[in-house]
Amino acid sequence: MTRLHVQLAAVAALACLALAPLVLSPFSVTLMNYIGIYSLVAIGLALLTGVGGIVSFGQAAFVGIAAYATAWVSALNGQSPWLGLLFGVALTCGVAAVLGVVTLRLQGHFLSLSTVAWGLAIGFLFGNVEGLGRFNGISSIPPISIGSFALVSSAQIYYLIWGIVALVLLLGYNLLDSRLGRAMRALRGGNTLVESLGINAFRIKLVTFVIAACLASLSGWLYAHMSRFISPGPFDAGMGIEYLMMTMVGGAGSLLGGVVGAAIVTLLKNSVQDYLPLIAKGASGQLEIVAFSALFILFLQWARQGIVPSIARHLPKIRRERPQPAPPLPRRPQPTPGELLLKVDGAERRFGGLVAVNNVSFEVRSGEILAVIGPNGAGKSTMFNCLTGALRVNKGEIVFAGRPITRDPQSRIAKAGVARTFQHVKLRPRMSLLENVMLGTHSRTRAGLLAGAFRLNRREEASARHEALLQLERVGLGDKPFELAGNLPLGNQRILEIARALAADPALLVLDEPAAGLRRQEKLRLAELLRSLRADHLTILIVEHDMEFVMSLVDRIVVLDFGSKLCEGVPSAIRSDERVQEAYLGGVA
Amino acid sequence: MTSDIAAILAIDGIATGAVYALVAIGTVLIFTVTRVIFIPFGDIAAFTALTLAALDAKRFPGTGALVVALACLATLVEIISLVRNGDIRLLPRALLFYLAIPLAVVGIAWLVMRMDPPLAVRLVLALMLITPIAPLLDRIVFRPIADGTVLLLLTVSVALHFALVGLGLLFFGPEGVRTEPLTSFSTEFAGVLISGQTMLIVLAALVFSGLLYLFFDFTLVGKSLRATAVNRTGSRLMGIRPARAGTIAYLLGSLMAGVSGILIAPVNTVFYDSGFLIGLKAFVGAIVGGMTSYPGAAIGAVGVGILESFASFQSSALKDVIVFSLLIPILLWRSLASLHSEEEIEE
Repeated sequence: MTRLHVQLAAVAALACLALAPLVLSPFSVTLMNYIGIYSLVAIGLALLTGVGGIVSFGQAAFVGIAAYATAWVSALNGQSPWLGLLFGVALTCGVAAVLGVVTLRLQGHFLSLSTVAWGLAIGFLFGNVEGLGRFNGISSIPPISIGSFALVSSAQIYYLIWGIVALVLLLGYNLLDSRLGRAMRALRGGNTLVESLGINAFRIKLVTFVIAACLASLSGWLYAHMSRFISPGPFDAGMGIEYLMMTMVGGAGSLLGGVVGAAIVTLLKNSVQDYLPLIAKGASGQLEIVAFSALFILFLQWARQGIVPSIARHLPKIRRERPQPAPPLPRRPQPTPGELLLKVDGAERRFGGLVAVNNVSFEVRSGEILAVIGPNGAGKSTMFNCLTGALRVNKGEIVFAGRPITRDPQSRIAKAGVARTFQHVKLRPRMSLLENVMLGTHSRTRAGLLAGAFRLNRREEASARHEALLQLERVGLGDKPFELAGNLPLGNQRILEIARALAADPALLVLDEPAAGLRRQEKLRLAELLRSLRADHLTILIVEHDMEFVMSLVDRIVVLDFGSKLCEGVPSAIRSDERVQEAYLGGVA
Repeated sequence: MTSDIAAILAIDGIATGAVYALVAIGTVLIFTVTRVIFIPFGDIAAFTALTLAALDAKRFPGTGALVVALACLATLVEIISLVRNGDIRLLPRALLFYLAIPLAVVGIAWLVMRMDPPLAVRLVLALMLITPIAPLLDRIVFRPIADGTVLLLLTVSVALHFALVGLGLLFFGPEGVRTEPLTSFSTEFAGVLISGQTMLIVLAALVFSGLLYLFFDFTLVGKSLRATAVNRTGSRLMGIRPARAGTIAYLLGSLMAGVSGILIAPVNTVFYDSGFLIGLKAFVGAIVGGMTSYPGAAIGAVGVGILESFASFQSSALKDVIVFSLLIPILLWRSLASLHSEEEIEE
């Protein structure tokens, strides 16, 4: 399958959508309208939950804010629905931004619970605020007019709704395939990797959150002017979970899944309403929610992936072309070989009473490979985390390229030119090799939200893609750039991490136990790669356990033991140092 | 606001808070043992109140039919999973636990009810009928996904709550109930009237928290539950079955929720859907305790009760808005205070 096939399928789908009102009954058109309106929320939620990993139970509240805002503007104050749109979107995005700033630093289920909290709080507000009709709602909301043409019938507003859905899908897919979209997709699976790439994870989360709220607000606007009447009911907590259900049924990671999920849930609900009375007379209202929740639970138990991803797996893969040569990305000024690059001065880190790193000082000079070694519990990893900003030192100073970075957050240290890999490989297994490496170019590129959504970033994208391919070739993984990273064996995953680090054009490459878990052949290959990088004047700091690997590779070694520096020197000197032998072998008999 | 009113509000708040505290402790118990944030505990509490009201009115409560339906379903699920794993020899045990015992409970309740028992017996009957529900739901809903992420379990738990609300309407009808006070005793303390019901609520909360403490610290079963909470795999290696620990936790938790339902029924009118707010407010309390500390959960729940009491004095329409808005700063504080495993949502 090529790109052309995908485009043809999209055009065919659009044509079907455009012709649908001519064939379908008015009731079916209304049903389609609801599907379209729910789709918008579900697409936003797919972006938030499936892509960004933030599960929100509160989207219905955002729909409600926009619906009430536009109803207030148009029905109560007699202004144009278009003014209502503007006001609704601005208000919703504003509320979302404030909520996001407050809550998005929360972790995992705490964050989801906070969405339950504000979803409920806002839901209660609708029914209790003076001037919004309380539980009676607001009626006689005017229809949307384009010029003097009012969209009154369901077939008329149909085109507006589905036009917006199609546009949102197009922009959404563009965005996901851009610099910002890759950062969003990297959010799922933890902040540490994202921050280490120089990406401000909090900012990306906030952007994703506001986009999802904005889509919900569009949905609320359309809802208010289509049904011409609103009450608190459709924006309560129950609806919030229904939106989540649509997203998950369709396949949380896929935008198209939002549309499919909305369609399935809406149609299913409709048919449940039709058939349940036949099974249980008089009790259908109660049974509806039971049947529905039960189906959802069954779904979560057995088919968590969702429909669209399950189908997509059976479709032929989209054939992609290898990235073409493109103008290179700008490089950072590299330090001159031999100059002082990193200086750790009296670093100390405590965990309660335990001093994990105690008054450690060393220097790294440009162009060398320095290893920090030590037995288990020597404080290597803590030292490493302090260097990269994952932890702060309690005392002492760390200077990189003449600038103190002691108090800097991870992402700023990464931007300054320190690129790292992880002891436990952190890749995004469902992104391709190429995309994983392109994550590394994040801080070297600048395309933003609009540039990504409207594809104004093509030149920069081409350069980033080509740079990523070059780095893949440099480490020897250039033959299958579109393979998924999760399919690689561990050894190659480590190599891929190095390619990603190289794509950031670092001045200092920091490797955390790169040889751990590798087989002998893989270790030799890794050592070979690191030597070739040194030949390119790259400075490398390795924290390592494996003596054999280190001894044959590095220029200098710093030995840590029980948090303190034991000694420092060239490998041969370290090998014969009695203190080192004692630390590793428990004393010479 | 005069000090008199403040005192009345505070006492009122403490009573409501004590009810939440019982549910909150149950929530923490389930979360630590099974990692499920069991939102439906509020529903269990509400169902208990409705059950008791039905018993008072000499009707056999819908709970009986609910337990029978769930027992059949759970047995079916258990049999399917046994057959799949080739463990047919465990079949009699499964039938005993998932079918015979729940059915026996319902049968006994039905027989005893015909004898027109006194209030104390009715209370026991209501608790008996309510306790099998959560363990059966655990078997049907959560056991198949016991190894899922906290988020998945939470999503399922929220969906389960909605199913229970629908079932509640089906089995109990839309009418609200308010049961007879358990005691008519009241006393005056420092010029403020305190009802016996309030004292009973606080006393029950204290007694049950105390019993739970003794259970966890001084019995082997309690210790095995704590072990499961700390490390599922590790405790499995020690011969503890996490599934069994989960069942015990659900039994205990629903007992506490049941007691809170009985206590709240004479104070507030309870509807089939009242449980959600009880559950969520208890849950706010549980979060104050970081979802791990029992005293923390109890103190948090009492705090929520007092806050709610004062908030409803200021604006009864917005009291829930105030309570839930307050959850956000609490979550922030807890999230920053707790060490978290950030790789929870690894793909």
